[in-house]
Amino acid sequence: MNAHLQPTGSAYFLTKETQEIERHTLSVLVDNEPGILARVVGLFSARGYNIESLTVSETEHGRRLSRITVVVIATPKTLTQIKLQLERLVPVHKVHDLTAEGASLERELALIKVAGSGDHRAETLRLADAFRAQIVDASVESFVFEVTGKPAKIDSFIALMQPLGLVEVVRTGLAAISRGPQGM
Amino acid sequence: MAEQMTGAEMVIQALTDQGVEHIFGYPGGAALPIYDAMFQQDKVQHILVRHEQGATHMAEGYARSTGRPGVVLVTSGPGATNAVTGLTDALMDSIPLICITAQVPTTLIGSDAFQECDTVGITRSCTKYNYLVKRVEDLPRIMHEAFLIATTGRPGPVVIDIPKDVQFALGEYYQPDLDTLRHQSYRPQMDGDSAAIEAAVDLMLKAERPIFYTGGGVINAGPEASKHLRELAELTGFPVTSTLMGLGAFPASNPQWMGMLGMHGTYEANLAMHDCDVMINIGARFDDRITGRIDAFSPNSRKIHVDIDPSSINKVVRVDVPIIGDCERVLAEMVRVWRSRTNQPRTEAIAPWWKQIEKWRAVDSLGYKNSDTTIKPQYAIERLYEATRKQGKEVFITTEVGQHQMWAAQHFHFDKPNHWMTSGGLGTMGYGLPAAVGVQVAHPDALVIDIAGEASVQMTMQEMSTAVQYRLPIKIFILNNERMGMVRQWQDLLHGSRYAHSYSESLPDFVKLAEAYGGKGIRCESPAELDAAIAEMLDYDGPVLFDVIVEKDENCLPMIPSGKPHNEIILPDTANIGDIIDEKGRQLV
Ligand SMILES: Cc1ncc(C[n+]2csc(CCOP(=O)(O)OP(=O)(O)O)c2C)c(N)n1
Ligand SMILES: [Mg+2]
Repeated sequence: MNAHLQPTGSAYFLTKETQEIERHTLSVLVDNEPGILARVVGLFSARGYNIESLTVSETEHGRRLSRITVVVIATPKTLTQIKLQLERLVPVHKVHDLTAEGASLERELALIKVAGSGDHRAETLRLADAFRAQIVDASVESFVFEVTGKPAKIDSFIALMQPLGLVEVVRTGLAAISRGPQGM
Repeated sequence: MAEQMTGAEMVIQALTDQGVEHIFGYPGGAALPIYDAMFQQDKVQHILVRHEQGATHMAEGYARSTGRPGVVLVTSGPGATNAVTGLTDALMDSIPLICITAQVPTTLIGSDAFQECDTVGITRSCTKYNYLVKRVEDLPRIMHEAFLIATTGRPGPVVIDIPKDVQFALGEYYQPDLDTLRHQSYRPQMDGDSAAIEAAVDLMLKAERPIFYTGGGVINAGPEASKHLRELAELTGFPVTSTLMGLGAFPASNPQWMGMLGMHGTYEANLAMHDCDVMINIGARFDDRITGRIDAFSPNSRKIHVDIDPSSINKVVRVDVPIIGDCERVLAEMVRVWRSRTNQPRTEAIAPWWKQIEKWRAVDSLGYKNSDTTIKPQYAIERLYEATRKQGKEVFITTEVGQHQMWAAQHFHFDKPNHWMTSGGLGTMGYGLPAAVGVQVAHPDALVIDIAGEASVQMTMQEMSTAVQYRLPIKIFILNNERMGMVRQWQDLLHGSRYAHSYSESLPDFVKLAEAYGGKGIRCESPAELDAAIAEMLDYDGPVLFDVIVEKDENCLPMIPSGKPHNEIILPDTANIGDIIDEKGRQLV
């Protein structure tokens, strides 16, 4: 019955993970109170879970609720533990595994600074247009673009800007929500 | 009706409203307003400790022996950091504690003020929940919510950090309606899912080799849970074993009792766990001291797991029937459903299983070679047990951590819940003496004994002074092997008998030490004099340090060695234990 668990030479009982790791987006509804982010982040570090991206902001001012969107990379078994451990925290209302629950929307925003002149400038603008990037700041030798979309789209835009004078990038991390009429 | 008072007075008022009678604490600058408020009332009695760690273990002993939360009060900075070990211990063993820590005034927070530390930051990972109270308006709600959180669901420690200016501030005290004011996100699930409970009973009804594997959750769920467990065991006729934390939930004198399981559990309990076809885990968490090698853990059984903490389920071992809920309620339901299905125990169907168990029992895995010249530690505990049975008093046992702890679990027998206090999850040396003080505060007429090791007891020895001050007649029964016996045993087994720093050299003279504290000291070195010396200890109306000089190199057996499954347990008559553990096993903890 425990055949999927292989013995290891490490701690007394710890077992080597034999399951494949997956990338999941969790949406966590919490009370917006001091220390809540530290609680969530502390839980991840204390139990050795990997966070790939984390965003947090108050979403319902009246009820003082915040939504934390966290992207984790873990095996299915660990994912279940992460969800249950998060739910154990007193100020956590709900945890939804958006990836497991099916169709969800994921968006990220990035601000990207590119410096250059001449041909590079024209090429930069052409690509920005193709990616629907907004110009939010411009000078004779630089642009700041605002791009919104799936993380992969932002990744490719950044890759294209690299040879054209990419200076720096800042990204918000993922915001995610389920499709359809239901809320959390 | 709301009443005007200071934050400090609110603390005392809330404690009174919660029915708190005793609080274990130590004063300091930031806590003075609360101490001042305490001085002016007589409902809550303060026990002055000698070290804040002692206060936390006292509160743990108090909580575990009464089922009510233990309360601690310490000052800021070092007061709070000294409490961290006990908080962690309480978190690991699910003990309800309220720890009030004083803090520097809000205006100084973050300025590295004198005796400032980030208490909520430091204790975030060793509490069930913690608060920094920034406004006196929040204090009444927080005080009462803290009790709710500490005592419900899976119990645990809660810290309330109160800055000095909040203690001085005037505000309105009220008893909050927690249904509307508390964290709405906190809703522990108490009732088990009925379909799951029926599925569990169905499995039990078909079992041929069943076993109840019970844990601290049964104790935490209250004495009713133990009653239902006894009833269910009687109805089913199944054997019962328990973890270290669960001892006493099922009576050791019952023939269905198999003894403790796990690393130093009995042969019969461990083999039955390995060979069973249906395992019913009630309030235990598949700790690594229980499971041994996980891939070889009870390979052919269907597993039922009852736990109030959803994250305990499938954390370590995959189970077939998970039931989230309070042990008391789930056990009561199991009894009801079993009764609705049958009025017969499964005596016949499981007769071959009991026959097998009897064979394992006959091995007598707790046996040891006694001696006429040296006191064997196991013998000392047996004699202590016999002597306490004749006392006609409630008997509570606490322990330190090490071999003596395991021997106490093996050779002292418990028939009631809440009478056995030990540090299981964290394994904190220094737990037992202060825990005994806490138990004795709650049960002034009981016989409270700390079964100790000479190394552990020195970690919190100063609480002897607390025992003397409050006339708490605790008995500290030191199995003195002049070794950190458990460490020596592992070095024996795993490190070629190279005993690096596992000696207790230059030990104090415990008899003189007891006298210096104002207690009584007794020493005994010969088996022939042991009974009389124990009687002398029990007869003395005051704290006693009893120095029992025992065999120095006794190993604690049976033992499931690192990296081995349950059925490769080492028995007492095994010759060369050093050869049993392979290279891989040596790396394990
Ligand atoms: C605070 C703490 N430090 C270290 C340990 C590791 N440890 C476990 S048992 C033990 C030896 C205990 O010696 P003693 O109290 O004499 O008990 P014995 O094993 O000899 O019965 C040690 C050092 C621990 N459990 N707790
Ligand atoms: Mg010792």
